[in-house]
Amino acid sequence: MGKRTVKEAFLSSVPVMAGYIVLGMGFGILAHNAGYGLPWAFAMSLLMYAGSMQYVGIGLLTGGASVLNTLLTTIMVNARHLFYSISMIDRYRDAGKYKPYMIFALTDETYSLLCDGKAPEGTEPHRYRFLVSLFNHFYWICGSVLGSLLGSVLPFSTEGIEFSMTALFIASFTEQWLSSKQHIPAAVGLLGTLGCLLVFGPGKFLIPAMLVITLALSLLRGKLDAGKEAES
Amino acid sequence: MTAPAHSAVLVAVMAGATILLRFLPFIAFRKRTPRYVAYLGRVLPPAIIGMLVIYCLKDVQVHTAPFGVPELLAGAAVVLLQAWKRNSLLSILAGTGVYMLLVQAVF
Repeated sequence: MGKRTVKEAFLSSVPVMAGYIVLGMGFGILAHNAGYGLPWAFAMSLLMYAGSMQYVGIGLLTGGASVLNTLLTTIMVNARHLFYSISMIDRYRDAGKYKPYMIFALTDETYSLLCDGKAPEGTEPHRYRFLVSLFNHFYWICGSVLGSLLGSVLPFSTEGIEFSMTALFIASFTEQWLSSKQHIPAAVGLLGTLGCLLVFGPGKFLIPAMLVITLALSLLRGKLDAGKEAES
Repeated sequence: MTAPAHSAVLVAVMAGATILLRFLPFIAFRKRTPRYVAYLGRVLPPAIIGMLVIYCLKDVQVHTAPFGVPELLAGAAVVLLQAWKRNSLLSILAGTGVYMLLVQAVF
């Protein structure tokens, strides 16, 4: 059973592997070019492990931002992690010794792999989720280290490679849409966020979007809660 | 370049704040999950993925060349491939390849 769990966790993590190595390399290259070499890239990927915040973080570091500004920016950019944790509370409740690491390592991509809640047949669910989290973290660190080392010597242009993150979410969204009968939450997330982007602009729309989504889903509770019960 | 000590403090602040955000809901609801929070936990996942799609595309300039055309074409390629083959890895790699080709060679 142990082997099976490792194998299934690895197979599940493969779609993230390419994206994380590529995006991790992107981060390593960016850090390297900004004067933050291997130890910095490694430490940030190990300890922060938050893709977009690490990209933003390099900007804060090179600009010599204040502690307060850095704290506020981190909270703004990463507030969405509150959402991930809220929706994993019940699932991670009995994860025991794996739990602290699984909470620490709950990134956008790990979340998109684990949020459907199903662990493959014949695996120990908590161990499976722990390993998916761990494999993804490992890819991210490897990518960052590789990018930092290869930064200036890559033989081809990597322009546009950052689209792999966008592609991952578009693929998750499409898959989720096709496999679910209930499309209202997905539409609320997409259109609510788009509306907030148009109203508030690219710098400040994320927090309003989270409020709008929470409010809309709360108002729709009577409808959606009943629908979900009937479906499962 | 910023002094290494200040940089180290900033990295610690960013890591600490990120960790705090991830742990906060687990700490707040460690005893039992209110029904409302459990409901949000069920309906939030698809909404968040939708939010992340927009988040990734937030800096696309639709009023100046190339008007977001590379993102549109590559995004459409991901959706169509995913609907056709249901293989996330394939959709992601192909979509990224299309995008890189478009921004490097076409636009």
